[in-house]
Order: sequence, then C-alpha cells, then structure tokens
Amino acid sequence: MTAKQTPLYETHVKYGGKIVEFGGWLLPVQYEGILEEHKAVREKAGLFDVSHMGEVLVKGPGALAFLQKLVTNDVSCMADAQVQYTPMCYLDGGTVDDLLIYKRSQDEYLLVINAANIDKDWQWIQDNSAGFQVELTNLSAQTAELALQGPLAATILSKLTAAPLMELRYYWFIPEATVAGKTGMLSRTGYTGEDGFEIYCRPEDAAYLWEAIMDAGKPYGLVPAGLGCRDTLRFEAALPLYGHELSSAITPLEAGIGKFVSLDKGEFNGRMTLVQQKQSGVKRQVARFVVTGRGIPRAEYPVVYENRQIGIVTTGSYAPTLEKNIGMALVQTEYAAIGQQFAIEIRGKQVAAEVIGKPFYSRKGK
Amino acid sequence: MMNIPKELKYSKDHEWVKVEGNTATIGITDYAQSQLGDVVFVELPEAGAELAVGAGLAVVESVKAVSDVYTPISGKVIAGNESLADAPEIVNQDPYGEGWIVKLEITDSAKFNELLDSEAYAQLVAEGGH
Repeated sequence: MTAKQTPLYETHVKYGGKIVEFGGWLLPVQYEGILEEHKAVREKAGLFDVSHMGEVLVKGPGALAFLQKLVTNDVSCMADAQVQYTPMCYLDGGTVDDLLIYKRSQDEYLLVINAANIDKDWQWIQDNSAGFQVELTNLSAQTAELALQGPLAATILSKLTAAPLMELRYYWFIPEATVAGKTGMLSRTGYTGEDGFEIYCRPEDAAYLWEAIMDAGKPYGLVPAGLGCRDTLRFEAALPLYGHELSSAITPLEAGIGKFVSLDKGEFNGRMTLVQQKQSGVKRQVARFVVTGRGIPRAEYPVVYENRQIGIVTTGSYAPTLEKNIGMALVQTEYAAIGQQFAIEIRGKQVAAEVIGKPFYSRKGK
Repeated sequence: MMNIPKELKYSKDHEWVKVEGNTATIGITDYAQSQLGDVVFVELPEAGAELAVGAGLAVVESVKAVSDVYTPISGKVIAGNESLADAPEIVNQDPYGEGWIVKLEITDSAKFNELLDSEAYAQLVAEGGH
C-alpha cells in the first residue's frame, strides 16, 4: 500500500519537515527537532497537521441509540456542541479504537477516529448499524484537521477569528466558525496535555489556514510541530495511544480509562466482560513508571520482577518536560500499585524502575 | 552542508575514526547525528572489553530511535566518553570533538583499508547515506 499524503504535504516539505510514514500516511516526525517543538508546545504554542485522523458522520433518528451500543461512554449525557472521549469495544471487551464524539444535534454526531484504524473502524461501525435508523458517512478523505496547541493557542487564534474563544470551554466546540476567512468546525480539544484547539476544515483550505495561523503565531513563538513531539507530549500527559496502551487485546479497564466506561447506561458492546472485570478486578493493568536506573524504556521491552516477566512496556521515552526516562507498561495488577519497584529489561540488562501516580505531567490551572 | 573533516576516516555506517599511534577515537558523523535527531542517551561499553570489527560498540538513542554503533576496527576499550551520561546532546552539538564516544586500543589494523576517506564518505552521504 502506498502511503498517503495529507493536503499539507507540500507545506511540510516547505517548512523543512522530516517526513516519515505513520499509519499509512506521510507526515513530518519533526521540523527543527522534537525537543524544541515539545518545549514550544509546553511553553508557547505548536501547530500540528492531524489531517490523517478519520471522521465518520452518524445521522438519523437512531443515532443516539446506535452510539450507546457502539461505544462505552454515556452519549446520552452530552449536550449539543459538546465533545466526548470514549473507547469503542469489541464484544469481548477488547478495544476497537478510542475516539472523540462531537454532538451536533440529537440526531447528528461526528466521530473522530485514529488514522491507522479508519478502514477497520468504518467496517465495524457499519457492521454494528444493522437495525438502527442511521445514515453513516465516512468523511475522512473530505476533512483536513489542524491542531493548535499550547498556552498561547487562544491568544494566537483570537487574531484570526471573532469566535468567542474565551467562552469556549475544554471539550466543547463551535460547529461553524470562521478562522482567517475560512469556515470550519472549531473545538477546544487536543492530545498534548495543554490548552488548545482543533480546526476541521476542507482539504483545499488547509494550506491557507496553516500559513495564516503560522503568520499570526510567529510573534508569540509558534512553531510547526511534528508527530515526534505529539507522541512525547501525549505520553507525558499519560494519554493512551491506540496500538500501545489500547488494542484489541486490551480492555479500557485494563488501560486505566474506566472513567470513560459507563457500565450502568444499558447494554453496549463489550459490557459483559467489562462488568466482570469491574467486579472481580482486572488481572493486569497499565502502570506508569519512572526509570530509577540508567536507560530508556521502549515499547515491548519486558517488565521483570525477581527474574520473572510480569508485563511489557507499552510506551517508553525520555520525557522532555520532566527530564526523566519514563514509561507505561501493562503489568500484572499486583505489581501496579504506586511505589512498586520492578525492572525493565533493556538489551538484556535489568534496569530499576518504580511505579508512580498519573499523569506524569499536568498543566497548571487545569 | 554536512561537516566532514578531511583528517578523519569514516565507516559506511556513519562512524568516524581518528587514529593517533595505537589509539583510535570513534564517534558518529555530523550526518548520523542529524539523521538521528536529539540524542538523549548513550550507552557505553565497559573499559577493557575486546571488540572485533562489527561488534556492538555503543548504543545512541534519540527521542524516537535506538541506534547501535558498531566498531569499524578491532580493539580493546580504553574508555567511553563519560561526560555523555549527563549531556548526551554533545553528540549533536560537537560530533567530531567533545561528542566522541569511545577510545580503543587498536589490536588489529587489518580492516583499516576498508575505511573511507572524507571524499568517499561525502560521496556516500550525497547518495543518500546508503
């Protein structure tokens, strides 16, 4: 399969992005450097191309009932113009994907899904729609998305729009906002642990919007930011990434995101397993740890206790804001408590680590 | 433009070698560090370890990548650059100077003639590094 280009591909090349393949897409892993971009997003602002994300429109009188069956969170709690994060499970409780739901009205919702999962999710969503009065549309190819993230994001965006940004709360959106003369959907959301916005627009407007935002942000220290720092930023904020902390073999409860699973909302895919796990406790769960020895944990390194493997690293990295080597690992539950010590096997050597609370990083004032 | 000092020898795996008497100093090239990105960890070999050509010499990790450095010549480890423990970014900032990685006592110079001079290495980089 040939990797796809987003509408901003030429823009990334122009800005000096180092292009890599990710989830079937050609995207910049970095421009100037991951550490520099990471710092800019924590202290000022960064602009990301997230056009690879998928979008599915769910419309019709059966939309709410359908979504209640499809996902684990309680969609009936949502108000119009609200955004909700939710896992979506298989019947056995394993995770199909994690996504955002944008409620446009009682009968219309937009699902934003992970790029690498678009084909699989689209099939799963269609397969599950039998018997519901819904019309499904895969809008992934017709939708570009920019993410402006960082403490100065609102200041920068306010130069380009009359939309009431100060009144827009975290996880709410404006269905039709005009930014730099272009109309799109604007939400106060993100995947960095910082304040920020995501703008969904037409692919033909993406490059223009990118340039307009970069121009408006330059005086404030805005930089283009790549996938590399998107990963270190989300990881420091302990946000799960599908394929790492979540997978078809990992339930949301094991991943530690049980607060997005509403067991008492009625029947939904995976509920039976999740109820059992809730009642008897999960046998393994995602723990967050800091390396106290020397070495960087990486995904799939074994977690060892008294020479016995008790788990596996799901994400590990040097954490730029903390200046420590940290990780998340799926371990047997008895080794997941805060303060637990174990070792990470790095190139055959055991390196000491300790479980710490979550998240690693949390922005001030949140 | 990549910095490729004339006085050094190079391996096809983007290491540089500086030979002084019986001692070889080894590091990674400017091209290698730029490809890796921000270096955040360097694992060094034990002093005294005897390494044949192609053996693992060090591991250089950037934020996203783990890269093995293989020794381009056979030798016994005299020392690793301990200052990289606290400041691995020196590998990015000064790859041919303060960012050196290992000093070896040369035990076998048989493979010397397989190393590239600066012109041949520049050619390799110009062709995309492979």
